[in-house]
Amino acid sequence: MAAVDITFRIGGEAGQGVESGGAGFAKALARGGYHVVGTPDYYERIRGGHNFFTIRASDEPVYAVGESVDVLIAMDSESLARHVSKLVPQSAIVLDEETSVPEGALDGYGGVVARLPLLKIATDHGAPVMVNTGALAAAAQLVGFDLEFIIGVIADNFGRKGSEVVDANRKVAQDVARVAQQRYGQVIEPGLAAREQPAQAVLDCNRAFAMGAVMAGCKFAAGYPMTPWSSVLEYLAGHADAYGMVVKHAEDEIAAINMVVGASHAGVRALTGSSGGGFDLMVEGLSLAASIEVPLVVYLAQRPGPATGLSTRTAQGDLMMAIYSSHGEWPRFVLAPHTAEEFWASAGRAFNLAERYQTLVIVLADDYASTTVVSRPAALFDYDSLVFDRGKLLTREDVEALEGPYLRFRVTDDGVSPRLPPGNGPKSVYLASSNLHDEDGHITEDPDVTVRVAELRKRKAARMLAEMEGPRRFGPESADVTFLAWGSSYGPVREAMERVNAQGGSANLFQFVDLWPLPVDKVRAALDGARRLVCVETNASGQLAHLLQAEMGIVAERLLRYDGRPLTARFIVEHLEA
Amino acid sequence: MATVKDFGNSIRPTWCPGCGDYGIWNALKRAFAASGYEPDEIMMVTGIGCGSKMNDYMHISGLHTLHGRTLAVATGFKLANPGMKVVCVHGDGDGYGEGGNHFLHTVRRNIGLVDIIENNHVYGLTRGQYSPTSRPGFRTRTSPSGAIDAPMNPVALAIAEGATFVARSFALDLEQLSGLVVQALEHRGYALIDVMQPCVSFNRAMDYDWYRSRVYKVEDEGHDPSDRLAAMAKAFEYPGGENRIPTGILYRREDVPSYEEQVTAIQREPLVDQPLHVRQSDDYQALVQAFV
Repeated sequence: MAAVDITFRIGGEAGQGVESGGAGFAKALARGGYHVVGTPDYYERIRGGHNFFTIRASDEPVYAVGESVDVLIAMDSESLARHVSKLVPQSAIVLDEETSVPEGALDGYGGVVARLPLLKIATDHGAPVMVNTGALAAAAQLVGFDLEFIIGVIADNFGRKGSEVVDANRKVAQDVARVAQQRYGQVIEPGLAAREQPAQAVLDCNRAFAMGAVMAGCKFAAGYPMTPWSSVLEYLAGHADAYGMVVKHAEDEIAAINMVVGASHAGVRALTGSSGGGFDLMVEGLSLAASIEVPLVVYLAQRPGPATGLSTRTAQGDLMMAIYSSHGEWPRFVLAPHTAEEFWASAGRAFNLAERYQTLVIVLADDYASTTVVSRPAALFDYDSLVFDRGKLLTREDVEALEGPYLRFRVTDDGVSPRLPPGNGPKSVYLASSNLHDEDGHITEDPDVTVRVAELRKRKAARMLAEMEGPRRFGPESADVTFLAWGSSYGPVREAMERVNAQGGSANLFQFVDLWPLPVDKVRAALDGARRLVCVETNASGQLAHLLQAEMGIVAERLLRYDGRPLTARFIVEHLEA
Repeated sequence: MATVKDFGNSIRPTWCPGCGDYGIWNALKRAFAASGYEPDEIMMVTGIGCGSKMNDYMHISGLHTLHGRTLAVATGFKLANPGMKVVCVHGDGDGYGEGGNHFLHTVRRNIGLVDIIENNHVYGLTRGQYSPTSRPGFRTRTSPSGAIDAPMNPVALAIAEGATFVARSFALDLEQLSGLVVQALEHRGYALIDVMQPCVSFNRAMDYDWYRSRVYKVEDEGHDPSDRLAAMAKAFEYPGGENRIPTGILYRREDVPSYEEQVTAIQREPLVDQPLHVRQSDDYQALVQAFV
């Protein structure tokens, strides 16, 4: 059991810096030696509307945020109205002394209400915007957390603006902490005394994936902004010049996917991604890659649809789309990483698979994974551990050593034709066509060639299947309840599993990472003997459950959440009992 | 050095006898040879349509893509391998209809693509429907009462969008068209050549004689291609008026940097010539530190 497990919630209006403050606070807590997970909750608007950011810190690894709150940092009065009911008995509220308290909002609340001159102190030191620093410093004081970690993060974030900004923030933090100490002391016990802990990275899965892509040698990316995928594109754009990448914000997703196909055909590692409707627009381009057999990596960050749906909320509603979108029959990979380090590693793995099989690899995320920051040991993101496999990529010398002509689309036993990009000498002259084509690339409608190409794709698919790993087990080998999950459900389901087991029940979890081609034999072996299968997903129909039933005849109960909000362990445990 | 013949192959085109595509086909091969390129030095990107099968009928590096996506695929290819000359060949439906948005944005980027539009004012491969450049009143299977849409003016649009090389030619004028392609290949940035082309099967009203009696060369009338307003006036002669179609270079300037000249990662060498990792391993490992 964890010795300390504290949840903070920062609430305020959009534009008040709730998300950046929350992310900085999470990083500070990780530097102080705690495991953290932090998730934003926000509306589709830039100003106004209520946003909040929830951070959980513990001395044990944490997988998901919970429902109850220990420290509420209320940047406005609406935060009180919304979140006071979530506070546990021994808890605290950080509040500016000038913030009005809605009538009755604190009735029955028995914790400490720390009303502090946050705005006044910030203004005295030069800028009201530093009220956020003051609020975080107050929270730190109430839980006994060393202020220096917070000041350190501020120094890293604002150091570029000069030491004056950092010094002013430091003074605000120290003054607020002093007042809070005098008036309230430390409220939460045990608190967050600094711990020794190996260095931890605090990041969301989008940035983990994007960093992995840079490390994997991604050379070209194109995309169009759309929540929640945009931060991948932004990260790549931000590192393009320094790491030798061309990153193009295209006119639309259709252009993006086709640019990536063009760049990949030229011979470089290339990726794109999108969400919801943006991915819809890309689907035709996927089939072009299939026809001309170029590697393609597409990051699909799901959000609730249809159409614009809930643009800042979460869902796992696009598994079927990831697997089946596009006309024609051709093989692809669909991977659903479940932790930040898996997202990081999946970028390199996706490029390797895409090049080895000259096909599409879709990496699935969802808004929850895309926006939730987690602390993971920095050592897990080890560049030296990466393997780079470019598959059957030929050089000019390879091809010039051939006695006969080079056939780009040569029919092979393993379904993959050795690839020489264009521009590599006289033998590299060939046509790559979206029409059916013969081994030399020229267009044909010959029925024998049609069959031959279909069979080539089948042979490729059979070999791709062998690459797929079965679901990963967490918890005991045998259990009364076996949870099935994919993607970001992992955290809350794993925690739910541990709760069930701690309360005398017996549960385990099989996490599906390699979703397509579905490794049916490995799945069957893993689930053999399971007594009760409960598939937990954030969608309304149970898409993994459907897949298992359709492909394997496996019938699982469906425990589904589809209100656009992330799963929690409590939600799962409550619905399991019901 | 490659000759015209070296750009040919043994595949017989499936175009109708008398199709304007033959003229464009010959002009391209002639221009490539005259410019001193080898077949592996040019990437010909095409879309979907009769004329987009151009690269199937040539010995040249080719990418035969999707309808309307020609410029997008070509842009990705060019940015990855700016060492190759990238020539786009596609029809008016592909370039101006399905690919209209890509056209708008490719023009303003001034990326180094030669863009040849086989503008026959009709859909050929799908057997005769009206196109974005069709004249009002044109009766086809999808406009049985006559087209209502006003025709697009791609040349005026390109000039308005900041294009740096805007030309028009006529598929039957081998001399002019091949000469324009040679100049487009030398151009710094995006070069549009809108080629007036008869479709003998589905647009019989606009036959060879129709075009021949209307086309004229702007240089014969002392047009200054560096004068943008004069170029715009030429662009508005067709479509709009029906009696005169200006051909030749309507507008050209060489003082605007191309897109690829301004992308940091490809200043020293094309992406395709760079190793998978361009920095020391410590620099990659350092990426993690930003999150610690």
